[in-house]
Amino acid sequence: MDRNHLKRQVDFMKRSFLDQGYLDEQFIQLEELQDDDNPNFVEEIVTLFFNDSARLLQNIEQALVSGPIDFAKLDNYMHQFKGSSSSIGAKRVKDECTRFKEYCTAGNAEGCFRTFVQVKQEHATLRTKLETYFQLARQAGPPGTSRGQVR
Amino acid sequence: MLEPPTKITALVVDDDTINQMIHHRLLDNLGIRNQVVRNGKEAIDVHCSGKNFDLILMDMEMPVMNGIEATRKLRAMGIRSMIAGVSTNTRERENFMKAGLDDYQEKPLTTSKLVSILHKVHKDG
Repeated sequence: MDRNHLKRQVDFMKRSFLDQGYLDEQFIQLEELQDDDNPNFVEEIVTLFFNDSARLLQNIEQALVSGPIDFAKLDNYMHQFKGSSSSIGAKRVKDECTRFKEYCTAGNAEGCFRTFVQVKQEHATLRTKLETYFQLARQAGPPGTSRGQVR
Repeated sequence: MLEPPTKITALVVDDDTINQMIHHRLLDNLGIRNQVVRNGKEAIDVHCSGKNFDLILMDMEMPVMNGIEATRKLRAMGIRSMIAGVSTNTRERENFMKAGLDDYQEKPLTTSKLVSILHKVHKDG
């Protein structure tokens, strides 16, 4: 397993996530906060995000299916979820959240249902992609050893 | 290479664990000693216990006591620290500023946003 080859693969994967809009600049910002003392910072944050968001998504699902829809409550939940998504650079997820919130504001239940399916889908897709990414990144070893970046 | 640790201290006030981690790391990375609390009330309590900070990063929407109320209270207590509001709620921005903020930044916070806040921090004495 050539380390450099793996590193190139990791970089390429990240590039493609950015190009396809799964992630945005915020993810890069988080990676720049990693160093020898905090080598797994991004993976830790992302893991935290997926744990937290699973709960939030459950709450939203509950709110959607139980009784008359409380759009204010939904909007509140989604605002939280959008915030965390934005914090880790989860662009596509964030964009779907924005759409959902627009339907909430408009009191459009059908729109909310439809968009929520999209939110869950983007969330699941990103989760899989990032799991693979971090697995590969761990195999490739800590960054910076071959970069020699000076700030 | 990182600058040598400064003597600036900071308080992160945010209910979201992810933002807590990110802001804590951003500050650590700049050599700024910092503490994290989960809401406005805890921010008040930590000041009542005698602690003081050069910079307070204040989230707006928090349970128990939100950022607007906490900022008002801190100012009423005579706290002169630099308070930077960090939020995504643009509707309440004006009210937040009026409560006594020195600066306001949109989330997510980045190193460059933090640096621009820090340029405004005064170190007394």
